[in-house]
Amino acid sequence: MLASMLIVFREVLEAGLIVGIVLAASEGVAGRGFWVAAGIGAGVLGASTVAAFASAIAGALQGVGQEVFTAAILMVAVCMLGWHSTWMAKHGREMAAQFSAMGRAVKGGDKSLMALAIVVAVAILREGSEVVLFLYGIAVSSGEGPARLLIGGVFGLVLAGFVSYLLYRGLVAIPLRYLFTVTNWLIALLAAGMAGQAASVLASADILPSWGDHLWNTSFLLRDDSWIGSAFHALVGYSARPSGVQVVAYVGTLAIIVALTKLANPGRASQSRSPGAPARPVSEIR
Amino acid sequence: MLRVLLMAAAIPLMAGSAMADGELHVTIKDHKFQPDRLEVPSGAKFKLLVKNEDSTAEEFESFELNREKVVPPGQEIPVFLGPLDKGEYSYFGDFHQDTAKGVLIAK
Repeated sequence: MLASMLIVFREVLEAGLIVGIVLAASEGVAGRGFWVAAGIGAGVLGASTVAAFASAIAGALQGVGQEVFTAAILMVAVCMLGWHSTWMAKHGREMAAQFSAMGRAVKGGDKSLMALAIVVAVAILREGSEVVLFLYGIAVSSGEGPARLLIGGVFGLVLAGFVSYLLYRGLVAIPLRYLFTVTNWLIALLAAGMAGQAASVLASADILPSWGDHLWNTSFLLRDDSWIGSAFHALVGYSARPSGVQVVAYVGTLAIIVALTKLANPGRASQSRSPGAPARPVSEIR
Repeated sequence: MLRVLLMAAAIPLMAGSAMADGELHVTIKDHKFQPDRLEVPSGAKFKLLVKNEDSTAEEFESFELNREKVVPPGQEIPVFLGPLDKGEYSYFGDFHQDTAKGVLIAK
Protein backbone atom coordinates (compact mmCIF):
# COMPACT_ATOMS: atom_id res chain seq x y z
CA MET A 1 0.00 0.00 0.00
CA LEU A 2 2.84 2.36 0.87
CA ALA A 3 4.67 1.48 -2.33
CA SER A 4 1.67 2.22 -4.53
CA MET A 5 1.04 5.43 -2.63
CA LEU A 6 4.60 6.59 -3.21
CA ILE A 7 4.55 5.81 -6.92
CA VAL A 8 1.27 7.58 -7.54
CA PHE A 9 2.34 10.45 -5.29
CA ARG A 10 5.53 11.01 -7.25
CA GLU A 11 3.93 10.93 -10.68
CA VAL A 12 0.93 13.06 -9.72
CA LEU A 13 3.14 15.53 -7.86
CA GLU A 14 5.24 16.14 -10.96
CA ALA A 15 2.15 17.03 -12.96
CA GLY A 16 0.43 18.78 -10.05
CA LEU A 17 3.29 21.19 -9.40
CA ILE A 18 3.13 22.30 -13.02
CA VAL A 19 -0.62 22.90 -12.66
CA GLY A 20 0.16 24.93 -9.50
CA ILE A 21 2.61 27.15 -11.40
CA VAL A 22 0.17 27.61 -14.29
CA LEU A 23 -2.60 28.60 -11.88
CA ALA A 24 -0.35 31.14 -10.17
CA ALA A 25 0.96 32.47 -13.50
CA SER A 26 -2.59 33.01 -14.75
CA GLU A 27 -3.81 34.57 -11.52
CA GLY A 28 -6.17 37.39 -12.36
CA VAL A 29 -6.97 36.35 -15.94
CA ALA A 30 -10.67 35.84 -16.67
CA GLY A 31 -11.65 32.32 -17.69
CA ARG A 32 -8.54 30.58 -16.43
CA GLY A 33 -10.59 28.11 -14.36
CA PHE A 34 -12.19 26.83 -17.55
CA TRP A 35 -8.91 26.55 -19.45
CA VAL A 36 -6.99 24.85 -16.66
CA ALA A 37 -9.88 22.42 -16.12
CA ALA A 38 -9.94 21.76 -19.87
CA GLY A 39 -6.19 21.10 -19.77
CA ILE A 40 -6.59 18.67 -16.89
CA GLY A 41 -9.48 16.92 -18.63
CA ALA A 42 -7.58 16.62 -21.91
CA GLY A 43 -4.52 15.38 -19.99
CA VAL A 44 -6.44 12.62 -18.20
CA LEU A 45 -8.11 11.56 -21.45
CA GLY A 46 -4.76 11.66 -23.24
CA ALA A 47 -3.04 9.68 -20.47
CA SER A 48 -5.67 6.92 -20.69
CA THR A 49 -5.38 6.85 -24.48
CA VAL A 50 -1.58 6.67 -24.35
CA ALA A 51 -1.78 3.87 -21.76
CA ALA A 52 -4.23 1.98 -23.97
CA PHE A 53 -1.88 2.27 -26.94
CA ALA A 54 1.29 1.75 -24.90
CA SER A 55 2.22 -1.37 -26.84
CA ALA A 56 1.78 0.27 -30.21
CA ILE A 57 3.78 3.34 -29.16
CA ALA A 58 6.57 1.27 -27.58
CA GLY A 59 6.83 -0.91 -30.68
CA ALA A 60 6.91 1.97 -33.15
CA LEU A 61 10.07 3.25 -34.86
CA GLN A 62 12.21 0.18 -34.04
CA GLY A 63 11.39 0.40 -30.37
CA VAL A 64 12.10 4.08 -29.78
CA GLY A 65 8.53 5.29 -30.37
CA GLN A 66 8.14 6.07 -26.66
CA GLU A 67 11.14 8.38 -26.62
CA VAL A 68 10.16 10.20 -29.82
CA PHE A 69 6.58 10.62 -28.59
CA THR A 70 7.69 11.91 -25.18
CA ALA A 71 10.19 14.34 -26.69
CA ALA A 72 7.58 15.59 -29.18
CA ILE A 73 4.94 16.39 -26.57
CA LEU A 74 7.57 17.97 -24.30
CA MET A 75 8.69 20.24 -27.14
CA VAL A 76 5.07 21.28 -27.77
CA ALA A 77 4.88 22.28 -24.09
CA VAL A 78 8.21 24.14 -24.35
CA CYS A 79 6.89 26.15 -27.33
CA MET A 80 3.69 26.98 -25.45
CA LEU A 81 5.66 28.14 -22.41
CA GLY A 82 7.92 30.25 -24.63
CA TRP A 83 4.85 31.75 -26.29
CA HIS A 84 3.31 32.51 -22.92
CA SER A 85 6.54 34.21 -21.79
CA THR A 86 6.51 36.61 -24.74
CA TRP A 87 2.80 37.23 -24.24
CA MET A 88 3.46 38.15 -20.61
CA ALA A 89 6.32 40.43 -21.69
CA LYS A 90 3.89 42.33 -23.92
CA HIS A 91 0.81 42.31 -21.73
CA GLY A 92 1.98 41.44 -18.26
CA ARG A 93 2.39 45.02 -17.18
CA GLU A 94 -1.10 46.17 -18.12
CA MET A 95 -2.54 42.93 -16.79
CA ALA A 96 -0.94 43.38 -13.38
CA ALA A 97 -1.96 47.04 -13.35
CA GLN A 98 -5.59 46.36 -14.23
CA PHE A 99 -5.85 43.44 -11.89
CA SER A 100 -4.41 45.48 -9.06
CA ALA A 101 -6.47 48.58 -9.80
CA MET A 102 -9.80 46.88 -10.28
CA GLY A 103 -9.24 43.90 -8.06
CA ARG A 104 -10.94 41.65 -10.55
CA ALA A 105 -10.11 39.34 -13.39
CA VAL A 106 -8.65 40.76 -16.58
CA LYS A 107 -10.18 39.84 -19.92
CA GLY A 108 -8.30 39.12 -23.10
CA GLY A 109 -5.82 36.51 -22.02
CA ASP A 110 -7.53 33.65 -23.84
CA LYS A 111 -4.67 32.82 -26.18
CA SER A 112 -2.17 32.73 -23.36
CA LEU A 113 -4.55 30.57 -21.35
CA MET A 114 -4.92 28.16 -24.25
CA ALA A 115 -1.13 27.79 -24.38
CA LEU A 116 -1.02 27.11 -20.65
CA ALA A 117 -3.89 24.63 -20.91
CA ILE A 118 -1.82 22.69 -23.45
CA VAL A 119 1.11 22.70 -21.02
CA VAL A 120 -1.16 21.30 -18.28
CA ALA A 121 -2.48 18.64 -20.67
CA VAL A 122 1.06 17.58 -21.66
CA ALA A 123 2.23 17.40 -18.04
CA ILE A 124 -0.72 15.23 -17.02
CA LEU A 125 -0.58 13.09 -20.14
CA ARG A 126 3.07 12.30 -19.56
CA GLU A 127 2.96 11.44 -15.86
CA GLY A 128 -0.63 10.19 -15.95
CA SER A 129 -0.09 7.47 -18.54
CA GLU A 130 2.34 5.78 -16.13
CA VAL A 131 -0.16 6.03 -13.28
CA VAL A 132 -2.84 4.49 -15.49
CA LEU A 133 -0.57 1.61 -16.53
CA PHE A 134 0.46 1.04 -12.92
CA LEU A 135 -3.07 1.11 -11.51
CA TYR A 136 -4.39 -1.00 -14.38
CA GLY A 137 -1.71 -3.58 -13.60
CA ILE A 138 -2.86 -3.65 -9.99
CA ALA A 139 -6.50 -3.92 -10.95
CA VAL A 140 -6.00 -6.96 -13.18
CA SER A 141 -3.46 -8.80 -11.06
CA SER A 142 -4.84 -11.05 -8.36
CA GLY A 143 -3.59 -12.12 -4.97
CA GLU A 144 -1.66 -9.00 -4.09
CA GLY A 145 -4.56 -7.35 -2.34
CA PRO A 146 -5.38 -4.99 -5.20
CA ALA A 147 -7.92 -3.11 -3.08
CA ARG A 148 -5.29 -2.03 -0.58
CA LEU A 149 -2.90 -1.01 -3.35
CA LEU A 150 -5.65 1.00 -5.02
CA ILE A 151 -6.38 2.73 -1.72
CA GLY A 152 -2.68 3.55 -1.51
CA GLY A 153 -2.89 4.99 -5.01
CA VAL A 154 -5.84 7.18 -4.10
CA PHE A 155 -3.99 8.43 -1.01
CA GLY A 156 -0.99 9.25 -3.19
CA LEU A 157 -3.22 11.18 -5.57
CA VAL A 158 -4.87 13.20 -2.81
CA LEU A 159 -1.58 13.91 -1.05
CA ALA A 160 0.12 15.08 -4.26
CA GLY A 161 -2.88 17.25 -5.06
CA PHE A 162 -2.63 18.79 -1.62
CA VAL A 163 1.10 19.56 -1.95
CA SER A 164 0.46 21.11 -5.38
CA TYR A 165 -2.31 23.22 -3.85
CA LEU A 166 0.10 24.37 -1.13
CA LEU A 167 2.56 25.47 -3.82
CA TYR A 168 -0.19 27.45 -5.55
CA ARG A 169 -1.30 29.09 -2.29
CA GLY A 170 2.31 29.88 -1.44
CA LEU A 171 2.86 31.51 -4.83
CA VAL A 172 -0.28 33.64 -4.78
CA ALA A 173 0.59 34.80 -1.27
CA ILE A 174 3.47 36.68 -2.92
CA PRO A 175 2.58 40.38 -3.23
CA LEU A 176 1.17 41.10 -6.67
CA ARG A 177 4.04 43.36 -7.70
CA TYR A 178 6.40 40.40 -7.39
CA LEU A 179 4.06 37.55 -8.27
CA PHE A 180 4.49 37.71 -12.05
CA THR A 181 8.24 38.21 -11.72
CA VAL A 182 8.37 34.93 -9.81
CA THR A 183 5.95 33.04 -12.05
CA ASN A 184 7.70 34.29 -15.21
CA TRP A 185 10.97 32.88 -13.95
CA LEU A 186 9.27 29.65 -12.94
CA ILE A 187 7.72 29.35 -16.41
CA ALA A 188 11.11 29.96 -18.05
CA LEU A 189 12.82 27.37 -15.83
CA LEU A 190 9.96 24.91 -16.41
CA ALA A 191 10.42 25.31 -20.17
CA ALA A 192 14.20 24.86 -19.87
CA GLY A 193 13.71 21.74 -17.74
CA MET A 194 11.27 20.24 -20.23
CA ALA A 195 13.61 20.98 -23.15
CA GLY A 196 16.44 19.34 -21.21
CA GLN A 197 14.31 16.27 -20.56
CA ALA A 198 13.31 16.09 -24.23
CA ALA A 199 16.98 16.18 -25.27
CA SER A 200 17.89 13.62 -22.62
CA VAL A 201 15.12 11.27 -23.76
CA LEU A 202 16.23 11.54 -27.40
CA ALA A 203 19.83 10.86 -26.35
CA SER A 204 18.65 7.78 -24.43
CA ALA A 205 17.12 6.51 -27.67
CA ASP A 206 20.44 7.09 -29.45
CA ILE A 207 18.82 9.74 -31.68
CA LEU A 208 20.84 12.65 -30.29
CA PRO A 209 24.44 12.39 -29.08
CA SER A 210 24.60 12.46 -25.28
CA TRP A 211 27.79 14.55 -25.09
CA GLY A 212 28.66 12.81 -21.86
CA ASP A 213 26.32 10.45 -20.06
CA HIS A 214 26.60 12.42 -16.87
CA LEU A 215 28.45 15.71 -16.75
CA TRP A 216 28.30 15.78 -12.97
CA ASN A 217 26.71 13.87 -10.12
CA THR A 218 24.93 15.73 -7.35
CA SER A 219 23.05 12.72 -5.97
CA PHE A 220 24.91 13.16 -2.67
CA LEU A 221 23.13 16.53 -2.30
CA LEU A 222 19.70 15.71 -3.70
CA ARG A 223 18.76 12.28 -4.99
CA ASP A 224 16.53 11.85 -8.03
CA ASP A 225 14.46 9.25 -6.21
CA SER A 226 13.66 11.44 -3.21
CA TRP A 227 10.34 13.22 -3.46
CA ILE A 228 12.02 16.61 -3.14
CA GLY A 229 14.24 15.51 -6.01
CA SER A 230 11.15 14.65 -8.09
CA ALA A 231 9.59 17.99 -7.19
CA PHE A 232 12.67 19.87 -8.37
CA HIS A 233 12.80 17.61 -11.42
CA ALA A 234 9.27 18.68 -12.35
CA LEU A 235 9.70 22.33 -11.45
CA VAL A 236 13.13 23.30 -12.75
CA GLY A 237 14.28 20.14 -14.55
CA TYR A 238 16.64 19.00 -11.81
CA SER A 239 18.63 15.89 -12.62
CA ALA A 240 21.37 14.55 -10.36
CA ARG A 241 23.31 13.16 -13.32
CA PRO A 242 22.52 15.31 -16.36
CA SER A 243 23.84 14.39 -19.79
CA GLY A 244 25.76 16.96 -21.80
CA VAL A 245 23.03 17.42 -24.39
CA GLN A 246 20.50 17.91 -21.58
CA VAL A 247 22.51 20.79 -20.10
CA VAL A 248 22.98 22.38 -23.53
CA ALA A 249 19.23 22.19 -24.28
CA TYR A 250 18.44 23.58 -20.82
CA VAL A 251 20.76 26.57 -21.03
CA GLY A 252 19.89 27.21 -24.70
CA THR A 253 16.13 27.23 -24.03
CA LEU A 254 16.52 29.52 -21.03
CA ALA A 255 18.64 31.93 -23.09
CA ILE A 256 16.15 31.91 -25.97
CA ILE A 257 13.19 32.64 -23.69
CA VAL A 258 15.01 35.47 -21.90
CA ALA A 259 16.02 36.91 -25.28
CA LEU A 260 12.48 36.60 -26.67
CA THR A 261 10.95 38.38 -23.70
CA LYS A 262 13.51 41.18 -24.02
CA LEU A 263 12.66 41.51 -27.72
CA ALA A 264 8.94 41.50 -26.98
CA ASN A 265 9.34 44.31 -24.51
CA PRO A 266 12.49 46.27 -25.45
CA GLY A 267 11.52 49.42 -23.58
CA ARG A 268 12.30 47.99 -20.22
CA ALA A 269 15.78 46.66 -20.87
CA SER A 270 17.43 49.11 -18.48
CA GLN A 271 15.25 48.17 -15.55
CA SER A 272 14.54 44.56 -16.38
CA ARG A 273 14.41 42.08 -13.57
CA SER A 274 13.09 38.97 -15.18
CA PRO A 275 11.63 37.61 -18.37
CA GLY A 276 8.36 39.41 -18.90
CA ALA A 277 8.20 41.10 -15.53
CA PRO A 278 6.12 44.20 -15.16
CA ALA A 279 8.62 46.99 -15.79
CA ARG A 280 7.48 49.20 -12.98
CA PRO A 281 6.13 48.09 -9.66
CA VAL A 282 2.36 47.94 -9.86
CA SER A 283 2.04 50.41 -7.02
CA GLU A 284 3.68 53.12 -9.14
CA ILE A 285 1.33 52.56 -12.04
CA ARG A 286 -1.57 52.81 -9.71
CA MET B 1 40.14 -24.30 -2.20
CA LEU B 2 38.59 -26.26 -5.02
CA ARG B 3 35.18 -25.09 -3.95
CA VAL B 4 36.33 -21.48 -4.05
CA LEU B 5 37.73 -21.97 -7.55
CA LEU B 6 34.54 -23.60 -8.73
CA MET B 7 32.49 -20.78 -7.27
CA ALA B 8 34.74 -18.21 -8.90
CA ALA B 9 34.31 -19.99 -12.22
CA ALA B 10 30.57 -20.18 -11.77
CA ILE B 11 30.04 -16.47 -11.01
CA PRO B 12 30.52 -15.24 -14.58
CA LEU B 13 28.14 -17.95 -15.79
CA MET B 14 25.52 -17.00 -13.23
CA ALA B 15 25.99 -13.31 -13.93
CA GLY B 16 25.59 -13.99 -17.63
CA SER B 17 27.92 -12.22 -19.97
CA ALA B 18 26.97 -13.60 -23.36
CA MET B 19 26.74 -10.70 -25.73
CA ALA B 20 26.15 -10.86 -29.44
CA ASP B 21 26.40 -7.80 -31.69
CA GLY B 22 26.35 -5.43 -28.74
CA GLU B 23 23.01 -6.79 -27.58
CA LEU B 24 22.17 -8.13 -24.13
CA HIS B 25 18.93 -9.65 -22.94
CA VAL B 26 16.97 -9.34 -19.73
CA THR B 27 13.58 -10.92 -19.18
CA ILE B 28 10.88 -9.81 -16.75
CA LYS B 29 8.90 -12.72 -15.36
CA ASP B 30 6.74 -12.81 -12.23
CA HIS B 31 7.81 -9.19 -11.68
CA LYS B 32 11.48 -10.17 -11.43
CA PHE B 33 14.41 -9.56 -13.73
CA GLN B 34 16.20 -12.62 -15.13
CA PRO B 35 19.14 -12.50 -14.85
CA ASP B 36 19.20 -9.93 -12.10
CA ARG B 37 22.98 -9.53 -12.37
CA LEU B 38 24.46 -8.95 -15.76
CA GLU B 39 27.99 -8.17 -16.85
CA VAL B 40 28.22 -5.49 -19.49
CA PRO B 41 31.18 -3.93 -21.27
CA SER B 42 32.56 -0.65 -20.01
CA GLY B 43 33.57 2.04 -22.46
CA ALA B 44 31.31 0.83 -25.26
CA LYS B 45 27.78 1.40 -26.40
CA PHE B 46 25.41 -1.55 -26.20
CA LYS B 47 21.73 -2.35 -26.40
CA LEU B 48 19.88 -3.96 -23.52
CA LEU B 49 16.78 -5.75 -24.80
CA VAL B 50 14.21 -5.98 -22.02
CA LYS B 51 11.46 -8.50 -22.56
CA ASN B 52 8.30 -8.51 -20.45
CA GLU B 53 6.73 -11.97 -20.14
CA ASP B 54 4.21 -10.84 -17.53
CA SER B 55 0.64 -9.92 -18.35
CA THR B 56 0.96 -6.38 -17.01
CA ALA B 57 3.17 -3.47 -17.95
CA GLU B 58 6.47 -2.76 -16.22
CA GLU B 59 8.71 0.25 -16.28
CA PHE B 60 12.45 -0.25 -16.59
CA GLU B 61 13.95 2.52 -14.50
CA SER B 62 17.40 3.44 -13.29
CA PHE B 63 18.56 6.65 -11.70
CA GLU B 64 22.18 5.65 -12.06
CA LEU B 65 21.78 4.96 -15.76
CA ASN B 66 19.37 7.87 -16.22
CA ARG B 67 16.81 5.67 -17.98
CA GLU B 68 13.05 5.27 -17.69
CA LYS B 69 11.08 3.23 -20.19
CA VAL B 70 7.75 1.43 -20.15
CA VAL B 71 7.83 -2.23 -21.19
CA PRO B 72 4.31 -3.29 -22.23
CA PRO B 73 3.26 -6.90 -21.55
CA GLY B 74 4.59 -9.44 -24.03
CA GLN B 75 6.90 -6.94 -25.64
CA GLU B 76 10.65 -6.53 -25.97
CA ILE B 77 12.02 -3.00 -25.95
CA PRO B 78 15.57 -1.74 -26.51
CA VAL B 79 17.38 0.35 -23.90
CA PHE B 80 20.43 2.05 -25.38
CA LEU B 81 23.27 2.25 -22.89
CA GLY B 82 26.89 3.15 -22.59
CA PRO B 83 29.65 3.92 -22.84
CA LEU B 84 29.69 3.23 -19.07
CA ASP B 85 32.48 3.68 -16.59
CA LYS B 86 33.51 0.55 -14.69
CA GLY B 87 31.21 -0.09 -11.77
CA GLU B 88 27.77 -1.28 -10.72
CA TYR B 89 24.54 0.25 -11.95
CA SER B 90 21.31 -0.77 -10.28
CA TYR B 91 17.93 -0.65 -11.99
CA PHE B 92 14.42 -1.61 -10.99
CA GLY B 93 10.88 -2.12 -12.21
CA ASP B 94 9.03 0.99 -11.17
CA PHE B 95 5.68 -0.78 -10.92
CA HIS B 96 6.99 -3.64 -8.75
CA GLN B 97 9.83 -2.15 -6.78
CA ASP B 98 9.69 -4.82 -4.06
CA THR B 99 10.62 -7.67 -6.38
CA ALA B 100 11.89 -6.26 -9.66
CA LYS B 101 15.51 -5.33 -8.97
CA GLY B 102 18.63 -5.82 -11.00
CA VAL B 103 22.15 -4.63 -11.46
CA LEU B 104 24.48 -4.17 -14.41
CA ILE B 105 28.19 -4.69 -13.74
CA ALA B 106 30.34 -2.78 -16.19
CA LYS B 107 33.75 -4.43 -16.52
